[in-house]
Amino acid sequence: MLGKLRRLNQDASKIALEESERLPSEERRRFLRSGLFTAGGAMVGGALAGIAPKALASTQYPPEIPPWTRSLGAGVVTDPYGVPSPFEKDVIRRNVPWLTADEVSSISFTPLQHLKGIITPNGLFFERHHAGRPEIDPQQHRLMIHGLVDRPIILSMEDLQRFPSVSQINFIECPANGGMEWRGAQLNSLQFLHGMVSCAEWTGVRLSTLLQEVGIKPEGKWLLAEGADGAAMTRSIPMEKALDDVIVAYAQNGEALRREQGYPVRLVVPGWEGNTHVKWLRRLEVGDKPWMQREETSKYTDLMPDGTAHGFTWVMEAKSVITSPCPEMPLKNKGIYQIEGLAWSGRGKVKAVDVSVDGGQNWQQAQLREPVMSKSLTRFALEWKWDGNPALLQSRVIDETGYVQPTLAQLKSVRGTNSIYHKNAIQTWKVNGDGSVVNVQLS
Amino acid sequence: MFSFHKTPRLLASTCCGVILASVPILGAAEQTGYYGYGEPATDEQIAAWDIDVRPDGMGLPEGSGSVDEGMAVFETHCASCHGAFGEGMGRYPKLAGGDGSLTEDRPEKTVGSYWPYASTLWDYIHRAMPFFAPQSLTDDQVYAVTAYVLNLNYIVEADFVANKETLPQVEMPNHDGFIWEDPRPVVNNERCMENCKEEVTVSESAAGKNLTPSTTGPLDEGITE
Repeated sequence: MLGKLRRLNQDASKIALEESERLPSEERRRFLRSGLFTAGGAMVGGALAGIAPKALASTQYPPEIPPWTRSLGAGVVTDPYGVPSPFEKDVIRRNVPWLTADEVSSISFTPLQHLKGIITPNGLFFERHHAGRPEIDPQQHRLMIHGLVDRPIILSMEDLQRFPSVSQINFIECPANGGMEWRGAQLNSLQFLHGMVSCAEWTGVRLSTLLQEVGIKPEGKWLLAEGADGAAMTRSIPMEKALDDVIVAYAQNGEALRREQGYPVRLVVPGWEGNTHVKWLRRLEVGDKPWMQREETSKYTDLMPDGTAHGFTWVMEAKSVITSPCPEMPLKNKGIYQIEGLAWSGRGKVKAVDVSVDGGQNWQQAQLREPVMSKSLTRFALEWKWDGNPALLQSRVIDETGYVQPTLAQLKSVRGTNSIYHKNAIQTWKVNGDGSVVNVQLS
Repeated sequence: MFSFHKTPRLLASTCCGVILASVPILGAAEQTGYYGYGEPATDEQIAAWDIDVRPDGMGLPEGSGSVDEGMAVFETHCASCHGAFGEGMGRYPKLAGGDGSLTEDRPEKTVGSYWPYASTLWDYIHRAMPFFAPQSLTDDQVYAVTAYVLNLNYIVEADFVANKETLPQVEMPNHDGFIWEDPRPVVNNERCMENCKEEVTVSESAAGKNLTPSTTGPLDEGITE
């Protein structure tokens, strides 16, 4: 492992510094493993309950009659909270151990290569913590709203859930998604290259409802959101955005937020960089100026080639990626494939997605799969007949503002290679003659 | 479905609240919004949780700390990760140095070379450091460490004492290095559909770099391709 670390180029170390400043965690991956093993145990139990102890044939397809057809399965509430089939054991969040110094201030990636549609299952939603995942008792949790308001209040979770609720489907993307690749192709994986984006249906109270409840004073132009974790994460948000579409969310895909997503309450700031979606939200303060916190000065500012930096780069610009084929999902043999992928834009709806199989020389418009929603992941597909020759696959999104996703060369020509964040460039997958797929960059 | 259960005591008070509703409550009309949920936040409650500090000094508490005092606090609570002189240990952040490196191929973004405001240093140390025990330092200790880190960066002299008056006056070297209006989009790409390039050259490939952890099998720290 140390040998590997030494071999890393400095980009990786830089991301590690940007994205991690913390020390090791005592709790490792017990949670995921125990979940999967429980599922395995249940299946064995079901098989034992069956009648036929006859040796399993090597295949279970016709004319064989499989044992699961001639036996009883597991009963209801074998898994009081359902878990995936043990055959899906590879569909898990993973991390890149060398990317960050530890697992407390770190990131895990969503396995986009295995997912369908646009909703990320709650257990697979990417994680990003700065001081680990706190364990918060919702009865003990309070949200305080104060500052330049007429009526500062403290709300319990019960109070919060009495307000009128809204639900909307929005992606959350870490602005460092893909940030390790500004200088060159390093990771050969869709999951690790693009898996810092996930999408869910969020339910909660509109922030505007809460701000109306407390009464904003005329000079209240900014909002500070703060988390209850050990990082006490803070970001300044302009009032215009706060009153527009921000949600104080307590539910994710129909159930309470997962602990790693901010249980019991988080901010959802549609279309904006993930860091602003403050988790374990404990405090909202209205002020007349931004606070210039560490996470909006030292971090989440984008260094340009002339030595200046762009701050408050909140919006996640339009981006897309082909999820099949990809390095984890190679082609098997010649013939017809559905090139599928995901597209999204922090500025609104996806208007179109184009796909190229020749490295961007020629493009065809893909089909968008419904639903197509604002600031949400959108699924696209294009039918393609692979002739067995090497190909260079790309996707290019156009959002409703007319913005066309740029190439990496175009982005680098303006931004250089040290801006860390907001790399929304076109991804190129090289399909080799044997069907394997590799992450490449074009000059 | 949600596990935010009411305790019996809360249920009892809700029930009694219905009876009490007909009794006028002093000042309540002025204190509640349209829905009236929750409780008014008292000044004491706000003061305990309102820890943020702004560049103009708003939020800085009473207290003070000198560079010398800061050195002692830093050696005890900070140096094991950040190094005795803020040079950073292993992969932990460098706090000092890197002056003039922002246009270099490998910039070093530290408090001295990059951070625009001294207030951010006080705020962040106070809210999130030391890593193992956030919010454990006293206000005086935070002032002292702030003074020491500024001194390590040659931003203040050795006799500097940080307090709520002096800290907002500290001029950070990179104060003017930021554009706070998002200039994007920085690229206005055309939607060319046919014959968009004369040739296509692959310049970079992740193949053979051996940096990618396995995406099958159990989680482990091995890197396989």
